Amino acid sequence: MAYAAGVDVGSTQTKAVIIGEDRKIVGRALLDTGANVIKAAENAFATALETSGIREVEIEYVIGTGYGRYRVTFGNAQVTEISCHGRGAVHMFPGTRTALDMGGQDTKAIRVTETGEIADFCMNDKCAAGTGRFLGAASAALDIPLDDLGATALKYNKPVRISTTCTVFAESEVLSWLGKGKKIEDILWGVHQSIAARSAGLLRRVGIEDEVTFTGGVTKNIAMIQAIEEKLEKKLNVSEDSHYMGALGAALFALDQIFLSRVPHASVEASS
Amino acid sequence: MSTQSDQPELVGRGNRDGAQLFRDWFSELSDTAKEGGQSAYVFVMGSLNEILKVFDLPVVFPEINSLQTAVRRVAHEYLSEAEDYGYSPDICGYVKADVAVQLRHGDHPMGQIPKPSIAVLTNACNTYIKWAEIWQRMYDIPMVTIDIPGTRESGCQTFGGDKHFENDRKYVAGQLKELITTCEEVTGKKFDIDKLRQILSYANEMSVGWKKVLELNKSRPALFNALTDGTIYLGVANGFRGTEAGGRYFKELVEEMEYRAEQGIGTLTEEQYRLVFVGVPCYPIFRRFNELFTEWGGTFVHSTYLWFASGGTNSGFEYDLADPIESLAEGVLLSVRDAMDSMFYQDQMLSSMIDDYGIDGIIYHPIKSCRTVSTGLADCRRHVAQQHDIPSLFIESDMMDRRVVSEAQMKNRIDAFFEGLNSRRQKAVVH
Repeated sequence: MAYAAGVDVGSTQTKAVIIGEDRKIVGRALLDTGANVIKAAENAFATALETSGIREVEIEYVIGTGYGRYRVTFGNAQVTEISCHGRGAVHMFPGTRTALDMGGQDTKAIRVTETGEIADFCMNDKCAAGTGRFLGAASAALDIPLDDLGATALKYNKPVRISTTCTVFAESEVLSWLGKGKKIEDILWGVHQSIAARSAGLLRRVGIEDEVTFTGGVTKNIAMIQAIEEKLEKKLNVSEDSHYMGALGAALFALDQIFLSRVPHASVEASS
Repeated sequence: MSTQSDQPELVGRGNRDGAQLFRDWFSELSDTAKEGGQSAYVFVMGSLNEILKVFDLPVVFPEINSLQTAVRRVAHEYLSEAEDYGYSPDICGYVKADVAVQLRHGDHPMGQIPKPSIAVLTNACNTYIKWAEIWQRMYDIPMVTIDIPGTRESGCQTFGGDKHFENDRKYVAGQLKELITTCEEVTGKKFDIDKLRQILSYANEMSVGWKKVLELNKSRPALFNALTDGTIYLGVANGFRGTEAGGRYFKELVEEMEYRAEQGIGTLTEEQYRLVFVGVPCYPIFRRFNELFTEWGGTFVHSTYLWFASGGTNSGFEYDLADPIESLAEGVLLSVRDAMDSMFYQDQMLSSMIDDYGIDGIIYHPIKSCRTVSTGLADCRRHVAQQHDIPSLFIESDMMDRRVVSEAQMKNRIDAFFEGLNSRRQKAVVH
């Protein structure tokens, strides 16, 4: 049995996934990226190996993805997280035709074919409006841990409307609503609605086709899932492993290379 | 038949000579500035170079001056200076860099820019009018705006002989006569129609050559990169329109391209994907931007920029020397209208190009500081996608301002685009 690995070095977190020839996940890891990107990739890979009980020599091919993909120094090739999230989403939910990846620094709407290839994609602008970072700003302004944001937001009663799209200005807008006596949960739900509206805009630009799969770190936030579903009037595919979707996609591309290497004279590279 | 070893000096001559002509042009402008001589400030879409050259007025293209500050990586200094003066970050970067050049009394990385004696513009871009008003106020100079009627119906241009077109031609010719009178007043020189005929004949040589060069790039591999090499040719087309040097340059460029086509000399070792660029280049990282595509074997074989920023030279229109003013009016009308149409009806032009040039992908590049060229691109992309099964990429940055150019994000999108092209091609091979 050969194994393949994908290492997704994101702006805030680094994920690693190991899969076997049956395409099932046998090991995974999730760490904060921090300042040392090379180390983060190495540590995530080592942790994923530990959880899988597989030795490094058994991993035949590694693909790096995410903004730090070229810092996965032990990797054999690189593929963008756009392709990886699309591939991972179709693998996990075969009916996927549209994927929404919300990470720390950007949000991507990806339209995919039935085989997981990218038909079109669209990302947020150069600023971090409508991304996980927007939630980070709200978390800091309201002094609520990131992990508790979703549950708190869902207690809303009279949501406020967050009008700014700028992550930096959002913090001051949140504080101004607090100053006006608005409840934290109402402000927070407004923040989630604001992000959901921007994500829906990105999705419409690429064209929303059923099914829609939600990927990336923000999938852990139950309020965000609800806000997007309400905005799209559609259920989203979400799994426990949605956070690992980019790394999973990278591992699947890596497995393709292992299979290709077994075909005589096949030399299709995953990346230039 | 010639061989590569026969004429090695021919390959790359267009780039070398173009760069030299550019240096000569700015050297002449510097001399004019030092001597306190006269100059005309003009724009690429309808420069009226033909008339200004009759009066020996050196032409200054502030748009080209501005983009040169970006290519030379000093644009931020100029933009900051204009913003400190009071211009908003949201205003056209070309305008702001030029304002800073004026505030610096003509100081520019390529030399000294003379003060204007006259500003000549068309309505091809709304900003042109407000921009020229800045010079009018700064230097108390005449500003001549030539109002060019646009295409009256979508996809239905009218040409010489048509009743509406002939009315438009008269309207433009009348304005050209007013421009001639103003030039006479500014320079103290009498208008010489035979000199205009000579200038028009040089412009004809250029138009015929440029059209031919663009067509020759249908060759496989592409003979020149429309984004990088093409911009050099474009600079000569604008600065040297109506000059002997300009006419000769394009004749020689045709010679080079024909030789390259014959020898199969392209731009890349291995051309994998033939691309079209839509919009204005990303000058702050000009070379790097192109490399992000060439690293994947992508070559820009055409660009809408080579149409709408070529002053009409792309259309191949030839002036009738027997009737210079009326013919010039027709040429100006056609070229400026075509420049506007190239921005507003790009979908039609792209559609015709896809098969002719064997296009594998289209790159749309809207820019933050020019809404005129960027606003319709999303619609254009959607419309072309409905007509043709061809992948496209939509990436936004700027033609001047590094603050809104993120190379890492750009690379991510470009890499994903090529990954899609790769898998599409592999799939096509399998099936």
